[in-house]
Amino acid sequence: MSVTAARTRRRARIPRCTHPQGCARTRRSAPEPALRGRRLPGWALLAIAVAALGLAAAVVYPAGIGNWVLVTVIAAILYLTGVFAAAWSVEGPRSARNRTWSALIHSAFVLAVLPLASVTWTLVAKGSRRLDHDFFFTSMRNIGARDANGGAYHAIVGTLEQTGIATLITVPLGICAAIYVVEYGRGPLAGTIRFFVGVMTGIPSIVAGLFVLSFWVLVISPKLNGGRPGYSGFAAALALTVLMLPTVVRSTEEMLRLVPASLREGAYALGVPKWKTVLRIVLPTALPGIVTGVMLALARAAGETAPVLLVAGGGASINVNPFQDNQNSLALLTFQQAGDASRYAPARAWSAALTLVALVLILTIAAKLVAGRSPLAR
Amino acid sequence: MAKRIEAVGVTAYYGSFKAIDSITMTIEPKSVTALIGPSGCGKSTFLRSINRMHEVLPGARVEGRLTVDDQNIYDPDVDVTAVRRVIGMVFQRPNPFPTMSIFDNVVAGLRLNGVRSKPALAEAAERALRSANLWDEVKDRLNKPGASLSGGQQQRLCIARAIAVEPQVLLMDEPCSALDPISTLAIEDLMLGLKDRFTIVIVTHNLQQAARVSDKTGFFSIDAAGEPGRLVEYDDTEKIFGNPSVPKTRDYIAGRFG
Repeated sequence: MSVTAARTRRRARIPRCTHPQGCARTRRSAPEPALRGRRLPGWALLAIAVAALGLAAAVVYPAGIGNWVLVTVIAAILYLTGVFAAAWSVEGPRSARNRTWSALIHSAFVLAVLPLASVTWTLVAKGSRRLDHDFFFTSMRNIGARDANGGAYHAIVGTLEQTGIATLITVPLGICAAIYVVEYGRGPLAGTIRFFVGVMTGIPSIVAGLFVLSFWVLVISPKLNGGRPGYSGFAAALALTVLMLPTVVRSTEEMLRLVPASLREGAYALGVPKWKTVLRIVLPTALPGIVTGVMLALARAAGETAPVLLVAGGGASINVNPFQDNQNSLALLTFQQAGDASRYAPARAWSAALTLVALVLILTIAAKLVAGRSPLAR
Repeated sequence: MAKRIEAVGVTAYYGSFKAIDSITMTIEPKSVTALIGPSGCGKSTFLRSINRMHEVLPGARVEGRLTVDDQNIYDPDVDVTAVRRVIGMVFQRPNPFPTMSIFDNVVAGLRLNGVRSKPALAEAAERALRSANLWDEVKDRLNKPGASLSGGQQQRLCIARAIAVEPQVLLMDEPCSALDPISTLAIEDLMLGLKDRFTIVIVTHNLQQAARVSDKTGFFSIDAAGEPGRLVEYDDTEKIFGNPSVPKTRDYIAGRFG
């Protein structure tokens, strides 16, 4: 601040000179800070990129030491050095650092997106081969190793029912828990709940499966089933609930905390009771964020394989009753088909995986559309 | 049906910190009372204890008597929401409910307190918006979000929302501090218009504003940092600004504070 002020004062004292040569001399004795400077032309970056690629290819291919991956890596390094050198010589050191850092950040972004693009591409390329009528409308019942057809109808039904039931249990429970922690909980109890929700977030899915196996399948289900323990889609839904609950509580909690206290006070000042303020003002304001959290939890649960295998058992036939007998799921079917000794199985595995991803994507988009944009993001 | 407010020895705490010490004052019905004083002197805390908004914060509590038409609102059998329905409040920053339209914002208090009839709501909304000098500006876009209005309009929307539930006292906590002079003028005109129906208490840092709109003025101050705020002088506005009896008030009014 003071340095700038001093500089301005010094500049103000420079005598105005009408003589053209005199002006140049005055300026040399007290140089003005440069607001203008030479800039790299727009095409320069492109030219450096092309040169870097060409040079890398010229080194790698004739020497026979690698393929396009190595070319890209070498080209990227050459590009960074080239940009740094060009900017240093034309624009100066500050600009050189700026350009190099932005190039690094952009490369980091590309590196981060690359696996995602690769997964999507592989999934669509390999998974679309078996997206036919049979895949969506038949099950794996009576399909042997030599049968090319067979489908995922039973798995789609299983995934929808299990994640659906899990969501129905999780959402009210999770939101209520979060409301308790944020709006009502005072003292050690709320702190304890927060701590254990944090611990639950880290539960491995196989542990959740084992918990439901020992608690529901082996202890409770015999009492409902005439003494015989039984697998069911509902048991899988319970295991998924255990996995979804901490995510939903955590994200809802964060979203509720984002709702400004001024909105709650505004409602209290109108004589609105606390429960109604939470229900009608706070929850609607936080809704889009809560929906995002629920969809994240649902996406994770829909992709779980181990708990479903452990407590729903899997199975080849269509079973629409989630409360009795084995059910399959898309994730489990993918696992089974990927390890199956049949030349037709891998195609089914890829298609099941693609269907699962598409299902989650469609659900997420639908939920976002219904919930709308967050009023807190404005 | 404006009400008289009588505070007797009102002391407010944030946890163990005493924010105001034994405030005693009488606020006349159908008048504008201004509370002035330096930052941190407890004006807002006192204002917030008039409608029991102070205790919303964790660890905050109030001691003493605060009667509204001879009913102590700090009696144990008093319903807090009923108190706040009688004593409305406008905050420093406009806080329209972001998920609601302009119309829904204005009738939020009525609707959340159980009024369902559409014509009644529409009528109340128009009356409140007209009282708040906002009707002409928003009558063609009542279903637009409340957050789409400008800052001054949002504040008038919040005033409309507060008066739509027909309170008898209106508390205003620096309602113009985030507004430009034109919006400020609009809200001051509004206060003078509302005076016929409500008891208005306003906290302000703008001394000219206090002089312009209020009938009585209370000057709050603290003796030193960390000490509780107290009411130094409370009198007619003309007296406070013309010939205050306490030297500390005179210094503050003249800008010779601290």
